[in-house]
Amino acid sequence: MCLAIPGKLLEIFDENGLKMGNIDFAGSVSKACLEYVPELEIGQYTIVHAGFALSVLNEEEAKNSFDAWDDLIDRANAEGIEVEKLERPD
Amino acid sequence: MKYLDEFRDPVVARKILNEIHAVTTQPWVIMEICGGQTHSIIRNGIDQVLPKEIELVHGPGCPVCVTPLEIIDRAVEIAGRPNVIFTSFGDMLRVPGSHKDLFMVRSEGGDVRTVFSPLESLKIARENPDKEVVFFAVGFETTAPGNAMAVAQAAKEGLPNFSELVSHVLVPPAMEALLSSDANRVQGYLAAGHVCTVMGWDEYDPIAKKYKVPIVITGFEPMDVLDGILHTVKQLEAGTHKVENRYARIVEQGGNQPAQVLIKDVFEIANRKWRGIGEIPVSGFKISKKYAAFDAELKFSVDDIHTEEPEACISGVILQGLKKPHDCPAFGKECTPQNPLGATMVSSEGACAAYYKYQRILSE
Amino acid sequence: MDFPEALSCPLPILSHDTVQLAHGAGGKLSNEMIDKIFLPRFLNSTLEKMEDQAVLENPGGRIAFSTDTFVVDPIFFPGGDIGDLAINGTVNDIAMSGAIPKYLSVGFILEEGLPFETLHRIVLSMEKAAKLAGVQIVTGDTKVVNRGSCDKLFINTSGFGFVPENVNISASNLDVGDKILLSGTLADHGMAVMTTREGLSFQSTVESDTAGLNHLVQDMLAVSTNIHALRDPTRGGLATSLNEFATSSEVGIQLFGDAIPVKENVRGACEILGIDPLYVANEGKLVAIVPSNIADDMLSAMRGNEYGKSATIIGEVTDKHPGIVAMLTGLGANRIVDMPVGEQLPRIC
Repeated sequence: MCLAIPGKLLEIFDENGLKMGNIDFAGSVSKACLEYVPELEIGQYTIVHAGFALSVLNEEEAKNSFDAWDDLIDRANAEGIEVEKLERPD
Repeated sequence: MKYLDEFRDPVVARKILNEIHAVTTQPWVIMEICGGQTHSIIRNGIDQVLPKEIELVHGPGCPVCVTPLEIIDRAVEIAGRPNVIFTSFGDMLRVPGSHKDLFMVRSEGGDVRTVFSPLESLKIARENPDKEVVFFAVGFETTAPGNAMAVAQAAKEGLPNFSELVSHVLVPPAMEALLSSDANRVQGYLAAGHVCTVMGWDEYDPIAKKYKVPIVITGFEPMDVLDGILHTVKQLEAGTHKVENRYARIVEQGGNQPAQVLIKDVFEIANRKWRGIGEIPVSGFKISKKYAAFDAELKFSVDDIHTEEPEACISGVILQGLKKPHDCPAFGKECTPQNPLGATMVSSEGACAAYYKYQRILSE
Repeated sequence: MDFPEALSCPLPILSHDTVQLAHGAGGKLSNEMIDKIFLPRFLNSTLEKMEDQAVLENPGGRIAFSTDTFVVDPIFFPGGDIGDLAINGTVNDIAMSGAIPKYLSVGFILEEGLPFETLHRIVLSMEKAAKLAGVQIVTGDTKVVNRGSCDKLFINTSGFGFVPENVNISASNLDVGDKILLSGTLADHGMAVMTTREGLSFQSTVESDTAGLNHLVQDMLAVSTNIHALRDPTRGGLATSLNEFATSSEVGIQLFGDAIPVKENVRGACEILGIDPLYVANEGKLVAIVPSNIADDMLSAMRGNEYGKSATIIGEVTDKHPGIVAMLTGLGANRIVDMPVGEQLPRIC
């Protein structure tokens, strides 16, 4: 259920009285309705389902997840298992 | 892709997997509610690499699977009418009704079109004022904001030729229905991340408390799913039953407030029938009285729907997690993705189709 | 969009702006269309005789013969159009036997009212594709049907080429241990067409990969004629081609999931529409099955050709799970890559 993919807001425009935006999904740009994410700013990431942006991606929380997973890796390394560090979004 | 590839890193995924192995000491049954997670589990082979003590049960979180036969038959009937343009997400076109699916309606001359967003359906209504444009509004909470917006916008623009055939279902009542069943085996839930994006998670606290099950809000990428499983197992092993948000980059406790406001305006809570499960009280949406003019069920009276489910199909017990697809005598024989008997074989995320497509290779 | 060829070859002056039923009736209007639109672009010594058939020299040996019909909607899409697709499609089908494609026939079914400007643009891109592939269009036919009886235009191309000696390429030739080579990225064509279709609200940068692959195949045969199987994974995508190989040869195919290349923007479009690139059509890619001892040399030869620059080894033939294509996931699990069911549709769940 509920395929939703993160993309970056490129521009905001009005269409039939609705706040719309063009969202970049790694080079493929698709239109989405922004009415439910009034706080979304150009350059920020949002998650889009069936043409509607539903949430502004929280970069701080994404970082927290990576930190927690980094800890797992540090523990693995401490046990003598070689694991590279994560590639993080910048 | 940013915020996607980073969550598919196989090295980290294996680390999380190792941690799951390290913390698991006894058998646990965990249900992932959402078909999207089922897809990710099977596609990445997560079920193959988990500790043998952990059994994943695939839940009813796929609208294609749970949309009742009556509604499909109704859709087929309306779509076949001469003055109708019937619009639907691609997912629903192959779902078999009692006698035909929407593809067959199209081949018989019906104007059936695939849309990616309900707003495209609205555009078709704008461009075809002399036609009735019907949108097949299926889905869970995640899809409700878009489907609600289309109705509200049609009202605002004054598009009397637009209507929605609504079959919206809600996750928490279904979770509760499964837990309260005598046959229930589920001990912990991975809650559907994108449903929670819209609705938040306050509804889950009473369920976790009442049934003493951990509920972990989980994302869809391999690392997310493994992380959700890890934290569910940790709670099970510790004997706790909290609601935990492991998809915090997307989900906030209160969910999406503007979306909830519009959903409340356009829809009202209704009893809904789930295909294979039966009627669950207050488990879905219908269009509210205020927007009744846009309700295709009221606009197109459809009589004489006699639904017929194939006898061999056990999709109901599969959706409840009581049986696995290969327990069904018809699985892979009479029932295949080419010729599905039940809805769980139709959707690529339906448990049966997912098993059929990605089943483990037994010879290795 | 920019069409420099169209600018350098302006539309000839015709008595009508659009195709009339009479253009297919065999009279003066038919001749005008043939003389002004088709002949100048496709001209060669065989075609200019204007006989009812092409009479061609037979150098002896085996021929490879193929036919395909093109009904793509939309007829123009980023990276190509129905014209170059119609030439490249049949050229590639012939080339996948190892043959050198030589001669094509072209049959047009035109919808009454089709602007000649559109037809001219398509004929120009057919001319260009045929030149690049080194094939001649030696016979042809045009029919005009009532408005609504076809969608703008359909094109059939048939053709043949000559199979070099010692070349024996077949889906049933796979041996355990063979390597699976893919000439480049997956899903470009299918996603270019899908994201262009009305209703999907895409501003896609995805371009079709339509290309004639016959020169690439000849570069490969120059390394070794011992290529076991070749296919251009069009409709149904790579998954379909490989399943056909596995079934025909009664062997298993093991893919390495992370080795399969997909362009970033194509993957973006696939993700948002919920489509698996393994099942999406390609029009300028080939998959080759070769013995492991020549795999590296073959790969270098492929990378030396414009259409094989990103060639890579994506898997191998195994005696495990005969008839089944499996893909290793990042977690070390193995999942089945089955034949697709029906057309790929954008999905929300």
